[in-house]
Amino acid sequence: MTWRSAKVVELRDETATARTIGLAVRDWPGHIAGQHVDVRLTAPDGYSAVRSYSIASAPNSDGHIEITVERLPNGEVSPYLTKELMVGDDLELRGPIGGWFVWRRDQTEPIQLVAGGSGVVPLMAMIRSHASAGSSAPFRLLYSVREPGAVFYRDELQALSGQGNSVVITYAYTRMTPTDWPRPAGRIDVELIATGTWPSNLRPTSYVCGPTSFVEHATDLLIAAGQDRERIRTERFGATGERK
Amino acid sequence: MAIISRGFGGRRSAAEAKLPPGQYLTTDFPVLSAGPTPHISLDRWEFTIDDGSKVLKRWDWKSFRELPTETITVDIHCVTRWSKLGTSWEGISLDVLLADIKADLPYAMFRSYGDYTTNLPLKDVVNKQAWIAFKFDGADLAPEHGGPARLLVPHLYFWKSAKWVKGLTLMPHDEPGFWESLGYHIYGDPWLEQRYSDQ
Repeated sequence: MTWRSAKVVELRDETATARTIGLAVRDWPGHIAGQHVDVRLTAPDGYSAVRSYSIASAPNSDGHIEITVERLPNGEVSPYLTKELMVGDDLELRGPIGGWFVWRRDQTEPIQLVAGGSGVVPLMAMIRSHASAGSSAPFRLLYSVREPGAVFYRDELQALSGQGNSVVITYAYTRMTPTDWPRPAGRIDVELIATGTWPSNLRPTSYVCGPTSFVEHATDLLIAAGQDRERIRTERFGATGERK
Repeated sequence: MAIISRGFGGRRSAAEAKLPPGQYLTTDFPVLSAGPTPHISLDRWEFTIDDGSKVLKRWDWKSFRELPTETITVDIHCVTRWSKLGTSWEGISLDVLLADIKADLPYAMFRSYGDYTTNLPLKDVVNKQAWIAFKFDGADLAPEHGGPARLLVPHLYFWKSAKWVKGLTLMPHDEPGFWESLGYHIYGDPWLEQRYSDQ
């Protein structure tokens, strides 16, 4: 797998701490929703650092991809990508990587996406792929975030959930809710799984992505609700968090 | 020729010098798993060695824990780029488990609860290179880290150290396991940075 040069063509803030980076990649071979890339930064003295980031954009043929990076307070690479990087800069990346945590456009079964925080990024690639392909597979997203201001892709998700129900979305707020929100702030629980996910008799495939503790908790709840463990795919990131 | 990243300094420390290429240090213990964590009760747990047609050895938890144990302090390196130095484990050496086996089969497929598999040359798991570990940092190994017991092969990328391990199948030829069939390297030496199958 070769390193390719990628030019920054767009920068968009998603939240106060997260930024989407649009990249034009030379000879990009294309990707499948859910895959990630390795990004390499090199200092003038030759020191380099590499981190993996999920691709947020849908597969396309124009050589453009987007990644969304959450800034970690003590990160080595994410502060650079979310603060220093400017349109016109060149990065190096290689990929796409990963053949397991992916949604392919020929999958027709109901899909349950479960996101914790920035774990929504690879799931957004699946939602966008589903929408751009005009897939009729029923899609549902349960999205757990700290507070309303921490939601990524807010307007686009709202538009997609309005448009002929391309995806049905349930939000869960863990620290602070919008005003007049019916459910108090807290972790996802049995009741939210019952109302916010496909029933197990539809035999959905589930994709769960987020911090390790979130993924452990969410998958335990899905299994307790009767979901088949063979149909649950997971991607976890540790407290270092630079995977996403 | 690498592209220089304008304004990127990076962080370097003396400890980084001990790491394989492309790795960074963490003091956490991140988790990488393909699916839900299985919760395995000790009265159902077993470990078997077979040659693809017949079981050559079988232990339940009680007989397994009567085998001689070792404490192991090693550095571990995950393909997702974190490394953790000086981790402390307790486990049973594969040398003990394979001691009476006379099969002339040079490869092994390790099998886990939850259907995970990973392949290893037998020469990489003998001679004090691999253990079935059941304690980490003095405490029982937590389910999300592979408990009750996981393979520990610290000289290869950590996906080879299969969680929730339940046995191994000896094989005449090398065959890819789970991640090895999904784009990751068949062998996985971190010092040679063997991350991906098509690199």
